[in-house]
Amino acid sequence: MIEIESLSKEYGPATVVDGVSMSIAGGSITAIVGTSGSGKSTLLRMINRLVEPSRGRVLIEGRDTATRPGHLLRREIGYAIQGHGLFPHRTVAENIATVPRLLGWQAARIRSRVAELLGIFQLEPGEYAAKFPHQLSGGQQQRVGVARALAAEPRVLLMDEPFGALDPIIRGQAQDDLRGIQRRFGTTVVLVTHDMDEAFRLGDRVAVMTQGRLLQYDRPAMLLTHPADPFVSRLTGTSDRALKLLSLTTAGDAAEPGAGEGPVVPASASLRDVLAALLWSGAAAAAVQRPDGSPAGRVTLAAILARGRAG
Amino acid sequence: MPLSTSLQSGIARRVDRLGALLGVGAIVAAVTLPFVVHKANRIASGTPRSVLEALPRGTAVAALALVAGVAASAALSRRPRLRLAAAVAGVTGIALALGRAADVLTPAGNRLTRVSPGVGCWLLLVLFALLATDALARLRPGPAARVGCLALTALAAYAAFASGLFDHLSIMREYAVNASGFGREARQHVLLALGSVGAAAVIGLPVGILCHRVPRLRGAILQALNLIQTIPSIALFGILMVPLGALATAVPLAAELGINGIGPAPAAVALFLYALLPIVANTSVGLGRVSPAAVDAARGMGLTGWQVLSQIEMPLALPVIITGLRIVLVQNIGLVTVAALIGGGGFGTYVFQGVGQTAIDLVLLGAIPTVALAFTAAVLLDALVDALQRTAR
Repeated sequence: MIEIESLSKEYGPATVVDGVSMSIAGGSITAIVGTSGSGKSTLLRMINRLVEPSRGRVLIEGRDTATRPGHLLRREIGYAIQGHGLFPHRTVAENIATVPRLLGWQAARIRSRVAELLGIFQLEPGEYAAKFPHQLSGGQQQRVGVARALAAEPRVLLMDEPFGALDPIIRGQAQDDLRGIQRRFGTTVVLVTHDMDEAFRLGDRVAVMTQGRLLQYDRPAMLLTHPADPFVSRLTGTSDRALKLLSLTTAGDAAEPGAGEGPVVPASASLRDVLAALLWSGAAAAAVQRPDGSPAGRVTLAAILARGRAG
Repeated sequence: MPLSTSLQSGIARRVDRLGALLGVGAIVAAVTLPFVVHKANRIASGTPRSVLEALPRGTAVAALALVAGVAASAALSRRPRLRLAAAVAGVTGIALALGRAADVLTPAGNRLTRVSPGVGCWLLLVLFALLATDALARLRPGPAARVGCLALTALAAYAAFASGLFDHLSIMREYAVNASGFGREARQHVLLALGSVGAAAVIGLPVGILCHRVPRLRGAILQALNLIQTIPSIALFGILMVPLGALATAVPLAAELGINGIGPAPAAVALFLYALLPIVANTSVGLGRVSPAAVDAARGMGLTGWQVLSQIEMPLALPVIITGLRIVLVQNIGLVTVAALIGGGGFGTYVFQGVGQTAIDLVLLGAIPTVALAFTAAVLLDALVDALQRTAR
């Protein structure tokens, strides 16, 4: 879907991004993590050519992004940033309508798309469409920012620290919402974050960058069990990597046949949460329940311990 | 004892300090200071006359009673509407009394006698105007209401002059003498002020945008404009006389177009130069205050550079830019007065003629319209800034 080939960016003598190549699958979420100054934001901004690459190229659906004027390319790619970047002099509806208007959509189509998106993001259109950004809470502003990025139904959505300004509780909700919306539209999401937990929680694949280079690009579990570089293990954290590993698997996926005594856990709960429930209740196994209430089997303490072991 | 103390503090709490001060000042001015100055002719020394001396007994008592009433409501009432009404009544009453005094003191058919407002009259008008603006400020009127108030004031002033209320007043005598040229000087004044600010906006906005985009240029450009701003206006007019005079001599076409060492050309150039700094600085500052996230998001969503500037940056910077325009417009309306010194025309013509002839009334004929013009520009542009900020935050 997105092919990044030997992409580099130099500012004078400084190399900010150094020969990065990666292939991003359509309909997935890729999280780019790294410390500040690692070049992760520059890499993201080269995908929609807010930053012009010094060398290398980017293909989206096989098409070289350099062959089109930058602003036309960017209208086809969603873009959401930290601190939402909403236009303070325009209403919520006008903000969301930005790209559809640039693309020359008919007014009726824009109106219905705005209403649809507001509904998806739990903002009652009648109440919120005519409000100005400063009249919204931080979480609502962030949701409008993502809704605006998705307005023209882009196949690709780029996000630069989109949840960085939110408090932890709202951030968790926003991350869940993003997962749901990404699945619903099948959007390919590339997300930059410095928060490893966020990368693990959202990323189908995680790319670790430092000093402009891509150290490792893999599934989250592989980063924990097979770090390619000492820096990767430092970044992922060694003290709780077993727990991080458990957090990547859901109870539904790990469930084995059998009747469970002990606490009842939803199939969507991570094994980390199941372990916590077992420790708290002192039981040796938990009963897994599907969303419809039917039993899905059980997860034993021994199975969890086996999954948390290295290798 | 405790009863009287609590009574006193109760009264003290009810008294509005500013209102009391203005009110007492008004009463003192009305009773002790000369209301009008009466002269046998334009050059003769004047005789000060108090309210009681200048007006027929009944009118004088009514005028003093009005002043006392306005003072009382200013001191005792905290309701802004009542205070505003009292102040407006006060200003109207003083204006009527002034016109009446001039009528009474001028013998019929006498065209030599001069009656001009005295210190007491000016003080009363200023105090009541202060009271009115204070009451208006407490009412916090919206931009439209403020423009409405301005229009009503202008209408009332026009009606007063058109009705001949002040015809026997000295300043209107000076007007009558200069009536043929007054409209021309007014046009010239407005043209110089608006033209110089307009030209400065046409040049200053792009330069301000450039300063914002290229930080290295900002320091140099603002320094240079700052330097111009420090040159005293008369000196700048003088400096410009040399190159423009030389230009007129070297290029006959320039002279034919009216570009000359003296006259409106150096005035317009100097006013233009003075207007540049606030416009450039405010444009640059206004653009600098636009949220970088909004600009980044705009570019990231595919707005072109021009669209980012015209749809996002300029609308968000507009209140600050208009504030800069307000500063230079008010400043230049005042500065045009000095332009008369080098033959630039405008209301300053009367000011300098008046100074030359030690005719204070002629000075006022130039000064009062200038102040009114500057005040009008300030109110209108303030209201515009306010209106812009209400919709865009």
